[in-house]
Amino acid sequence: MIEPIKPPRRKNPLLRTRLPASPPRPRSRTSHGFTRAAAEGRFMLQRCEACGAFAYPAREACPSCLSVSLAFVDAPRRGALLAETTARVPSDIYFRERTPWRIGLVKMDCGPTIVAHLHADCVEGAAVRMSLQLDKSGQAVAFAHPEGETPNMADDKQWREMTADPKFRRVLVTNGRSVIGQEAIAALKAAGAKTVFVGIAEPWRPFAGENLLRGQDGIEIVPLDAADEKSATDLAADIGGKVDILVNTTEYVRPGGLLDRKGTSVARDEIDQAYLGFINLAQAFGPAMRMRGADGINNSAAWVNILSVYALANWPAFGAYSASQAACLSLSHCLRAELRPGGVRVMNLFAGPVDTEWFQTVPPPKVAPRAIAQAIVSGLKGGLEEIYVGDVAEEIRQRLAANPKALERELDR
Amino acid sequence: MHSNNLLELAGAISSGAVRVVDLTFTLSPDFPVIVLPPEFGQAAPVRIQEISRYDGRGPAWYWNNITFGEHTGTHFDAPIHWFTGKNLPNNAVDTMPAKDMIAPACVIDCSVLAAQDPDFLLTVPLVEAWEAKHGRIPERNWVLLRTDWSKKGWRDYANLRDDGAHTPGPNPAVMKWLVEERGIIGFGNETIGTDAGQAGHFEPPYPAHHFLHGAGRYGLQCLCNLDQLPATGAVIVASPLKIQNGSGSPLRVIALASST
Amino acid sequence: MTNTLRTPYDGVVIVAPVTIPYMRYSIESAQWWIGRALSALVAQAGIKVSDIDGLCVSSFTMGTDSGVGLTQHFGLCVRWLDTIPLGGASAIAGLRKAARAVQARDADIVACVAGDTNHVDSFRLTLENFSRFNQDAVYPYGAGGANASFALIARNYMRTFGVTREDVGRIAVAQRANALRNPHALMKAPLTIEQYLAARPISDPIHLFDCVMPCAGAEAFLVMREETAASLGLAAARLLSTIERHNAFADDPMQVRGGWAMDVDELYAMAGVKPDDLDVVQTYDDYPVITMMQFEDLGFCKKGEGAEFVRQHDLTIDGDFPHNTSGGQLSVGQAGAAGAYLGLVEGLRQVLGTAGPTQVRNASLALASGFGMINYDRGLASGAAIFAGPSR
Repeated sequence: MIEPIKPPRRKNPLLRTRLPASPPRPRSRTSHGFTRAAAEGRFMLQRCEACGAFAYPAREACPSCLSVSLAFVDAPRRGALLAETTARVPSDIYFRERTPWRIGLVKMDCGPTIVAHLHADCVEGAAVRMSLQLDKSGQAVAFAHPEGETPNMADDKQWREMTADPKFRRVLVTNGRSVIGQEAIAALKAAGAKTVFVGIAEPWRPFAGENLLRGQDGIEIVPLDAADEKSATDLAADIGGKVDILVNTTEYVRPGGLLDRKGTSVARDEIDQAYLGFINLAQAFGPAMRMRGADGINNSAAWVNILSVYALANWPAFGAYSASQAACLSLSHCLRAELRPGGVRVMNLFAGPVDTEWFQTVPPPKVAPRAIAQAIVSGLKGGLEEIYVGDVAEEIRQRLAANPKALERELDR
Repeated sequence: MHSNNLLELAGAISSGAVRVVDLTFTLSPDFPVIVLPPEFGQAAPVRIQEISRYDGRGPAWYWNNITFGEHTGTHFDAPIHWFTGKNLPNNAVDTMPAKDMIAPACVIDCSVLAAQDPDFLLTVPLVEAWEAKHGRIPERNWVLLRTDWSKKGWRDYANLRDDGAHTPGPNPAVMKWLVEERGIIGFGNETIGTDAGQAGHFEPPYPAHHFLHGAGRYGLQCLCNLDQLPATGAVIVASPLKIQNGSGSPLRVIALASST
Repeated sequence: MTNTLRTPYDGVVIVAPVTIPYMRYSIESAQWWIGRALSALVAQAGIKVSDIDGLCVSSFTMGTDSGVGLTQHFGLCVRWLDTIPLGGASAIAGLRKAARAVQARDADIVACVAGDTNHVDSFRLTLENFSRFNQDAVYPYGAGGANASFALIARNYMRTFGVTREDVGRIAVAQRANALRNPHALMKAPLTIEQYLAARPISDPIHLFDCVMPCAGAEAFLVMREETAASLGLAAARLLSTIERHNAFADDPMQVRGGWAMDVDELYAMAGVKPDDLDVVQTYDDYPVITMMQFEDLGFCKKGEGAEFVRQHDLTIDGDFPHNTSGGQLSVGQAGAAGAYLGLVEGLRQVLGTAGPTQVRNASLALASGFGMINYDRGLASGAAIFAGPSR
């Protein structure tokens, strides 16, 4: 039975902050097939294409028939917990600080045995449901949950190390002017965030939805123009030590590519808002977030970017926008590596055209801002790293993996 | 003779007999700027990016890169800024005569009326009433509309509603009259823009821009401290940056006024 | 399966048991410890360094050296060389290879040696770099590599066969009693079953006295033909049989038996003896629960009856089933790969009658086993040897 976690008390300013430690990081290259699965919330194992046997740990030839045709495929998650142990004196600092830590050996229904982190409600001999999660060193690990729901399941101590649950955490939504930003605020509040800081640039300009935000408990409007380095720095000076999750809802969408525009003033705004804004936010908030990765129940846990799926493949109708998103995507990978030592995960959401004003003339399917907000919350709760929201994003992902050249031609209609 | 007057002026400034009043808002990223319909190109917001600050990036010095549009903050409009002035000679900030940068000013105080109505408009009768008290507006003078709008918090200063901005300015008739009947060198406003907030609906739209620049005259906006100037007798120094073919620029606007 | 097709070890003997007394921590290198063992071998056997024409070495902390580096380091010119990375099975594996080498006259005098140093971070570094599967699929789960895997194995074994901690503790307690007679054992305090049960948990159900103490040390022996030993005037033990097996029973969901179970009949058939004939048994005791498995898999009782076996027998030197007579790794210490040799070297002393304070009376037939290499979730390597002293 899991005790629900209690809201954290105010931090004692006289005590040294515990610095983040990382669980063991080295992995073989082949083993990163699990990293890719964990990033997207999939459960995958190697399966031999010749004889059909599943194999674990990751390897270079099938242990049943020696075929070298081993591919990672989605695999059944069900297994049985054969044995468990609770580590009391681990040699690794990360686990030493978090004892007792419970792991077990699971026999998967599909064959292999897997050493896994255990949810506290897993019972020896009973069925479990496996997942792959990214741990605090950003590497994939196996995690077993009991089959079915148990009370306060998400509050499991070990599960919380694999995820970035908004519950009791303080979240900065960098741009609260947009519909996506406001849906995100509502979703994060509903998910139990203690405080949502809402960044508003140019407060002298009114915006739709403003009245709903003001005066609400647990929502605090703060001045933030991400593209202005001083604004970002000043806000970080005020609340930087309290941002546990940062959701980057910068939104600057304009149609047009290269030849159908004149001059670079719009492109300059795109770069200024999205790319330089990203840099300012990272420089202002990143260091404190990285340092607070082990700072209690409401430790810093995640940085979320809302990106266009066209960051992955340029859509000429929104060609300049696609390019600015691609630039931000690359930056996000840099940020991911730089925040990793703090155990803070960078989560990218990719969406196709959103059902907002600048995509007004684009035919459906379009993503509802609410769907993005819900994906943010479920992604944080599941500890994901890459999320594709909506049909267009999912399709682009598949087509890009299948044949990028075909996708390129098809986006050029 | 002239050089003695200039030296006397310098001495008077030094001694305080002549006040130097700064009519300029600080150029900063959070100052309200003109907001156009999103489909149009927008003015760049003010950006100040540190290059170094006595640190690893430059140990003994502090300096910034700055970005802004030509029409940001307290700024100057040149005739080339509007289509009505696009073909006039010497119509850009780098070609305008330098002597136009120093001129006397008439300050018309409508602060009480503007306090009651954000859409207050300066009219010919109002100016004529002012002239009855202070004399006829001389040629090649600035006319500055004092509304004390610059004292508002910035939300009320921009005063944006869902049908646009509501800020005071001149009506079409008075602009045509000031340009054609009084030969003013330029018009200055405390708000964002020489024109009133709702001037897009006037006939012609944006009459201050239309008539001023169509006649090769100038505009000043986002002025402050007009309440420290006399109705007449102040001399304005407004020298925009010499930007190649520039349509305007942020600038330091100062007024020289007698202390008595 | 009884297989009498294997070539007997006729004429193969083991001589010169050497132990370099262990230290908890040592600032010296593994090569320092190995060098001392080689030096002791040469002195004990009364030979010259140049007489050694075969070398078999095992070590976790040799760094960038393998066996060939040691030949130049120690001035050996050999015509047979092997480096054996089989952890606790290295001694048996080394013995088997050396036996066939001298039998075939590929070499005449083979030195089998294992030595490891122990710096303050040696244990952690060894765990971190143990194997690819360990790196990918065990170490990230935090329970310290081998400790986690053995804890899971122990848990499953104990649950499956109804074995209690008290049952397992008997083994540790008996070995400690033996160790109190061994002046070189690092553990010097007596151990009661109460103390064993009350000890702090490491990784349930593994508690403190289930774990060996990593240390620095070296063990060694020589393998040669009978006539060579006679010409040197050396007391010699005859090698009667061996088995070796890796990755046995891969389909067992969890390890409840080691590779010995596959070949145990051959072990006794080749030696022409029965389990009851043995005077002393030295198992590989990285954890007492693994020793209990060896009692089953090496033919002393049936699978699942290990706990009852331990209850019914006295495992001390003077008892009815003398076992790990020097105290075993649990009480002497585990000097890295030398842990594989500890049982074999002590067994050798027993059948040669030179065990001194830990001597079992009239011991002439001994079994030593090896086990190890937790690659992922089970010990892959196993082996055993039966040998007899001159009096048999």
